[in-house]
Amino acid sequence: MKKLNFERPIIKKLNVGPSHKFGLKTEFEPLTHIDEISVKDMLSEYGSPLFIISEKSIRKTYAEAKRAFETRYPKVQFAWSYKTNYLNAVCNVFHKEGSWAEVVSRFEYDKAVDNGVDGNKIIFNGPEKTEDDLNLAVENGSLIHIDHFDELYTLIEIAQKHKKKPKVAIRVNMDTGIYPMWDRFGFNYENGEAWEAVNRIMMSNKLDLVGLHTHIGTFIMTASAYAIAASKLADLAVNLRRKYNHNLNYIDIGGGFASRNTLKGSYLLGIDTSPAFDDYAEAITTSLINSQLDPENMPMLILETGRALIDDAGSLAGTVIANKKLSDGRHATIVNFGVNLLFTAFWYEHKITPAQEFSQHSETTSLFGPLCMNIDQIRESIYLPALKKGDNVVVSRIGAYNMTQWMQFITLRPNVVMIDTKQNVHVIRQNETNKDITGLESVPEHLKLK
Amino acid sequence: MIINKKIAVSETGFIFNPATGDSYSMNPIATEILEMLKKDMSEEEIKNFLLEKYDVNKSVLQKSYDEFIDTLIKLNIIE
Ligand SMILES: Cc1ncc(COP(=O)(O)O)c(C=O)c1O
Repeated sequence: MKKLNFERPIIKKLNVGPSHKFGLKTEFEPLTHIDEISVKDMLSEYGSPLFIISEKSIRKTYAEAKRAFETRYPKVQFAWSYKTNYLNAVCNVFHKEGSWAEVVSRFEYDKAVDNGVDGNKIIFNGPEKTEDDLNLAVENGSLIHIDHFDELYTLIEIAQKHKKKPKVAIRVNMDTGIYPMWDRFGFNYENGEAWEAVNRIMMSNKLDLVGLHTHIGTFIMTASAYAIAASKLADLAVNLRRKYNHNLNYIDIGGGFASRNTLKGSYLLGIDTSPAFDDYAEAITTSLINSQLDPENMPMLILETGRALIDDAGSLAGTVIANKKLSDGRHATIVNFGVNLLFTAFWYEHKITPAQEFSQHSETTSLFGPLCMNIDQIRESIYLPALKKGDNVVVSRIGAYNMTQWMQFITLRPNVVMIDTKQNVHVIRQNETNKDITGLESVPEHLKLK
Repeated sequence: MIINKKIAVSETGFIFNPATGDSYSMNPIATEILEMLKKDMSEEEIKNFLLEKYDVNKSVLQKSYDEFIDTLIKLNIIE
């Protein structure tokens, strides 16, 4: 006879009175399959922990976002924000869907070129672009978003050496009522700096001003902030046309839409409170359409949406290593992935679900990673069924920023797989070996032990 | 190890302690263990029974069992 599944025996005090923050059970169903592929099968084939990306989910989310904007505005273009997840397979799903590339460093720029993105479909953002980077971008006809006056002057100089006029936009920062205000990047709108930068570009006659760009922050929970941003950029564009009779090709509103994750300290779940693509689209497009922009020459609307397009598609599956009682009596569960792999544990109360059947009895536990560091906490307090050593869990909505900000600390990074739309599983980044890391090192002769 | 006589245990894993007014709920395995304790089964007997019935190795079982008993003592359910 097959033996029954063992669950740790637990007893829990029943609270009479209002349920507290963690009094609601987060998950009622185990997450045994992703896109109909068994999580446990994938773990045994590709190892634990394991990053799992669903191509189907990326394409579905992208289609939702695209529809939200295209039904409200005539010209819409997404540009995939590489920093959010620059695994080539992930980037290429977006490129196949029609996304351009948005990059913020030479490393990312080269990745986009190697992925086969046309130079004129690469937006080059960020405060650090060397002269070499700028020369290459000009040569390739890429869209250079100028971040500061030093870059503007360098680019005017560089332009003399090229036959082609560099295609540029300026990044504008502004007050949209969002705190903190991201004023470190670009030229400020309110103090007139942005308008000054526009004038310098137009007067120089060396650069082709094709767009205006802003990125007002990340995980913006109020869609109305985008209405303010769009109307300020539209104002600049209108003034530009009035003074120079020059039309812009595009307005780039950046990224920053909230994903459906729950921010730390939030009492409500992100899935219930984050604005939908429709809300953001309504705010932005209404603002542009109601502006003084010439209806005959409406600029293309570019979106550099990152996390809201990829968070849902990524999961991290792992294994319980141990259970512990902390000195204050709290229960703790140790899993085999820490903040080295799950950087976003610093921001989010991640949704974590057992990958096997469980009874309806749960307990409050603290979830820790395996790193020998105090900060290695995945969830300070989470209500989960009694897990035991060897059980599996899945962390959902981790597609953004983890596969770029992960740390190689005391251990190696695991396999990343992608489930394609026909349910084939592909390794899209191999697990690292010691050689991948130590191969870059060298020990001076006099320090060698053997 | 004996169960505190005043404590009421239902088959569904609901426990009530009239002395303090506290109530508790247990998952099925915890309920099963408490039932066996009530029948004065020894630790050895209880563990052997569980090893037969469930897919679990000895060390995981031992640790889970000790932790559970420890909690029951702290809650004054057994003494
Ligand atoms: C210039 C720029 N565009 C787009 C993004 C993507 O932002 P998000 O992931 O919040 O959509 C960022 C992120 O910081 C950014 O700096």
